Amino acid sequence: MMNLTLRYFASIREALGTGSETWQTEATTLAALRDELIARGGAYAERLSRDRPVRMALNQDLCDESVALSDGAEVALFPPVTGG
Amino acid sequence: MNRFSVSIQTQDFDVSDELAALRADQPGVGAVCSFVGTVRGGQGLTQMALEHYPGMTERAIEAMMQEASQRFDMQGARVIHRVGELAVGDQIVLVAVTSAHRGQSFQACEFLMDYLKTQAPFWKKESTASGAHWVDARSSDDAALARWGIQKPRNGAS
Repeated sequence: MMNLTLRYFASIREALGTGSETWQTEATTLAALRDELIARGGAYAERLSRDRPVRMALNQDLCDESVALSDGAEVALFPPVTGG
Repeated sequence: MNRFSVSIQTQDFDVSDELAALRADQPGVGAVCSFVGTVRGGQGLTQMALEHYPGMTERAIEAMMQEASQRFDMQGARVIHRVGELAVGDQIVLVAVTSAHRGQSFQACEFLMDYLKTQAPFWKKESTASGAHWVDARSSDDAALARWGIQKPRNGAS
């Protein structure tokens, strides 16, 4: 089990109704974490679903979903970026 | 002074002041190239709100500038990106680059903008009289990034 801080931005933040939460996970990768969050159902299942584009960052580095989690990490989930 | 710097801020910036500061005391600089992105009006747009990921935004842009300085012969770079509430016509972003000769700074400036558009964690929400909606990312931006040989990380559906 690992303890994570999850952060949500933009339309994902609005859909889930929160910008941040702590989360205890059985997952070992970002991909497995996303599946775990989808399994929570409701807004999580809908907004984080595999047919919606979601980017993930681990400790503020944009990452491929195959990357391994670490205890105490900050994981952010957000839509494709639109800055500039 | 730090010749490679990024600022994320709500307040507006003055391009002349920024360019003057960037190239001050640098006799080796022969070229200064800059890009300003502004809030484009039309389609009933009344306001734009810019959200960002504090901490990651600065870090991501610093890494992009680092990469740019490895690819191009640059003497400095300045990036300013505004966040918060903006109006039509407002300045959003400045990317400025200095180099000895123009070719490198033109390319570095475009590289940094292409990179920033696809990987810097900002999100725009546009307001019209009938409500607000989040802007969708463009696949043309990803194509621009691929042109520089940069592959974005794969994350589920893209």
